[in-house]
Amino acid sequence: MTATPLTSSQGAGRAGDKIFSGAALTAGCLILAVLFGVALFLVVQAIPALTAPAAEIQGGEGFFAYIWPIVIGTLIAATIALVIATPIAIGVALFISHFAPRGLASGLGYVVDLLAAIPSVIYGAWGAAFLAKEISPAYNWLAENMGWLPIFQGPASATGKTILTAGIVLSVMVLPIITSLSREIFLQTPKLHEEAALALGATRWEMIKMSVLPFARPGIISAVMLGLGRALGETMAVALVLSSGALTASLITSGNQTIAAEIALNFPEASGLKVSTLIAAGLVLFVITLGVNMIARWIITRHKEFSGAN
Amino acid sequence: MSKRIDVKDLNVYYGDFLAVEDVSINIEAKSVTAFIGPSGCGKSTFLRTLNRMHEVLPGARVEGEVLMDGDNLYGPGVDPVTVRSQIGMVFQRPNPFPTMSIRDNVLAGVKLNNKKISKGEADVLVERSLQSANLWNEVKDRLEKPGSGLSGGQQQRLCIARAIAVEPQVILMDEPCSALDPISTLAIEDLINDLKDQYTVVIVTHNMQQAARVSEKTAFFNIAGTGKPGKLIEYGNTQTIFNNPNVKATEDYVSGRFG
Repeated sequence: MTATPLTSSQGAGRAGDKIFSGAALTAGCLILAVLFGVALFLVVQAIPALTAPAAEIQGGEGFFAYIWPIVIGTLIAATIALVIATPIAIGVALFISHFAPRGLASGLGYVVDLLAAIPSVIYGAWGAAFLAKEISPAYNWLAENMGWLPIFQGPASATGKTILTAGIVLSVMVLPIITSLSREIFLQTPKLHEEAALALGATRWEMIKMSVLPFARPGIISAVMLGLGRALGETMAVALVLSSGALTASLITSGNQTIAAEIALNFPEASGLKVSTLIAAGLVLFVITLGVNMIARWIITRHKEFSGAN
Repeated sequence: MSKRIDVKDLNVYYGDFLAVEDVSINIEAKSVTAFIGPSGCGKSTFLRTLNRMHEVLPGARVEGEVLMDGDNLYGPGVDPVTVRSQIGMVFQRPNPFPTMSIRDNVLAGVKLNNKKISKGEADVLVERSLQSANLWNEVKDRLEKPGSGLSGGQQQRLCIARAIAVEPQVILMDEPCSALDPISTLAIEDLINDLKDQYTVVIVTHNMQQAARVSEKTAFFNIAGTGKPGKLIEYGNTQTIFNNPNVKATEDYVSGRFG
């Protein structure tokens, strides 16, 4: 038997290794290139709007006066969506992963995933044609009984096409994202940690509080951030559901607007500086999303020492 | 506060599969009882029936009686959660809660039963439990650090501290040293020796020297072949099981002529 020299490196394994690492590197670079390309496009195209005299921007008071109401509107809609969707999604995910009998769990998981597959224009149509009408009596009730709260100040919209309706539609749309990801993470909780809690005499809920939720915490945050990404950027559903207008504190009157819907509604007929203004609005949305994701990362890494990864 | 366990005609199932057949055994209070036997003979499965952890797996069930000082753990109306809070368990691999500090790990079980424990009481309890687990001197300066930062042997002693903090009647140990180095193993064995003054300890082990070192009584489990149920072959004083067993299979196993 002749010994292979240690310096030689032959065999299909080596070639495969090189191809694989090359492909992975290319994919990684491609993502950065695309992201950089989009950012560059947004900045370059937005410059005219950012530097133009205030009077020429829509509204006549400059870009900042134009953008901040719809930034707030975007954040309101996304916040409503997450406030409604997050607890429901975590509840559904826990039910599927830890409470439901196996047959029901897989069926329910399938149905939830199906929700994610419905096109957003259908959610928009449902929200505009059905939900808005059905929910407007509730808005009237809120205006009469809770009207002292600025967010429920009347008179309520007769059509029901309000930012709250849009937020509810958005919550249904982000629900499957948060549910699916949370469910996968809950299922990955180490059995060892679940049994540690049970063996101490924890009930099922106590076991979930001691083992499952702490383990899943970073994953839940990531899931919520992905949901938030969709809620911030969702265009069609908001454009159809919301009867937009100036920024108002009340969630149950018509008014408010989100960045994505504003761009979608105005872009087809826009030209010149108006296009620039809309792209600058897109740049702002991009920056908001980036900021939100960085905050999420920071929250996750802040607890690294206790994550169990060490 | 330690109780004896008497098992009568216990059959253990996974779904339709009979895993352990017809075990009857009397486990003395304030003593160490070791379960030995080849892999897959059902000794761990049987151990998990003693605190109703077996039924955590889907489809798992038992027939028969497990009496703790005469009370049937499988009697009607018995809450498995209560059973588990009185019978502590230490697992094969150390499993401190990774998101909790050392201190919170020790208090984890206590806080389930008694939410309003004062800080002073908690401090005393943490120190006493960690002292009993021979871990206090190593961790007293870093009680707020995560438990997962300790070495494997320290983590296992932390798990023992967590189990004894709730002052259980019985402590079950499922191969507690199988993931540990010899020095950590020795530390755990010393600890088991101390624990039997206060607690009833049942330990499953693959290590026959360990069984001989720590236990007063030893039960030998065996299996006739794959797919067959495990059975209790012989149970008696550890001295007798290792030096002068009654059954041929036991003698073969303890003298290393097995298989």
